[in-house]
Amino acid sequence: MNNIFAVAGLVIKELYRRKDFYVLFVLTALITLLLGSVNFFNDDRIIRYLKDVCLLLIWISTLVIAVTTTARQIPAERESRTIFPLLAKPMGRGELIVGKFLGCWAACGTALIVFYFFFGIISASKEHTISFAPYIQAIWLHWMCLGIVIAMVLLGSIVFAAPSSNATICLIVIVGIMFAGGHLNGIATGMRGFGGGVVYALYYVIPHLEWYDVRDLVVHNWGSIDWLICGGATIYAVAYVGFLLGVTWAVFKRKPMAS
Amino acid sequence: MRLVGKSLANIFPFRILTPLNAVVEIQNLRVEYPNRDLGRGKGAKLAVDGLNLRVNSGEVFGFLGPNGAGKTTTMNVLLGFVNATSGSASIFGVDVKRPIARARIGYLPELTYYYKFLNAEELLRFYARIFRVPRGEREKRINSVLKLVELEEARKRLIKSYSKGMQQRVGLAQALINDPDLLILDEPTSGLDPLGRMKVREIIQRLKEQGKTVFFSSHELGEVETVCDRVGILHQGKLRVEGSVATLVQQYQCDLEHVFLKIVGYQPQPRT
Repeated sequence: MNNIFAVAGLVIKELYRRKDFYVLFVLTALITLLLGSVNFFNDDRIIRYLKDVCLLLIWISTLVIAVTTTARQIPAERESRTIFPLLAKPMGRGELIVGKFLGCWAACGTALIVFYFFFGIISASKEHTISFAPYIQAIWLHWMCLGIVIAMVLLGSIVFAAPSSNATICLIVIVGIMFAGGHLNGIATGMRGFGGGVVYALYYVIPHLEWYDVRDLVVHNWGSIDWLICGGATIYAVAYVGFLLGVTWAVFKRKPMAS
Repeated sequence: MRLVGKSLANIFPFRILTPLNAVVEIQNLRVEYPNRDLGRGKGAKLAVDGLNLRVNSGEVFGFLGPNGAGKTTTMNVLLGFVNATSGSASIFGVDVKRPIARARIGYLPELTYYYKFLNAEELLRFYARIFRVPRGEREKRINSVLKLVELEEARKRLIKSYSKGMQQRVGLAQALINDPDLLILDEPTSGLDPLGRMKVREIIQRLKEQGKTVFFSSHELGEVETVCDRVGILHQGKLRVEGSVATLVQQYQCDLEHVFLKIVGYQPQPRT
């Protein structure tokens, strides 16, 4: 665990010394504050739109941070050749992968807390009340979703050589799953033969990231969901992360590192 | 004896050494890279061919050869970056495939650009943590290696602001942070100015005096002649010659540079 935490610490240090997070946070804060300062049609329910926009920006920002931070981890180590002195130490490739994952996940978790804290202040200042349970669930499920995303991108960073192509492909896949993942079974029932089977199989194989998007609970103050469902979603995320990291390790282990 | 030594070495990697205190032992090493240009299964590039090598405790061993001879591939096998096609390699009697084999080694790769967002002190603290250097000992080690490589003044500066020579020296510092018994240096003076080369050479000499084993590749034959106890010359993946510098010079009746040229089959073109 020592090596894993050392690598994770390095990733976190890298994130807070780079400007990506600060730029995205300032951008999200500015847009939200700007929208919050405008009173559209004297409508009291405008706060819901404000919350919706702010949460959407938080999702976009954290996805961008997670994907871009993770996508460059291993390729940057290879490009700058720091992977050689690192792996020449008593460190296994599996430890490096898990360390990178934990670092990115923890860094995104920290960013998430900052974003949601800001969102909480904006929301509470407008509504004069805040219900904590849906907030905690939204943050927790969002973080679990980012765990799957990070594991996916980490696998991509071993398979694809260029971080930019990996980031683009992963973002397309993630957005595709978020929008269409839940409808694939419906599409499959409308299809016949082999195509329908493939779409059905795809529905069961892909990680359902859309399950983790519970923004509506917070936006419309619908109250919290059953904690058992939350626990189930957590187990589902852990299983996917474990599987994806296992595949990443298996692929990485077979890759020769010619210095 | 070898079988007993090996099995015990697997159980007690830091206690048992192979006979005659061989720090590095390579037996019938063969490394083939798949040749992608020829297509899958249609050929392979033979990088190392039946290499047998032994580096004993406390010696400075120069690993020489022209570009593409297989020096770096051999080092990559020793460091676990590349798997051998056949044969075996061990460090301190432990199979190089096991990460623990690398616990007592320091490695300086050729031209590495260390983490730009860290300063020298943070970089060394990170590597010391991987080697599980106790917290109390860490700062002492960092101070001592930074002093050795003369980077004390720049210890708080971000590495991205370092010159090439300073980058190489911080690389040497990270290779020494665990107080290794074996140092593997891949062209340590590559790209350095004469002063930088001199400093690196002095450090190697000092490590030799401390009884460390140094295994290094270099194209600087003058430097090799100065610091090495023994050399091995590799050409087209095969070890062509191995022995002490003095023996080779006496045997071939010329300096090391000409020994090297003879071994690799260099024929000077007649002047027209």
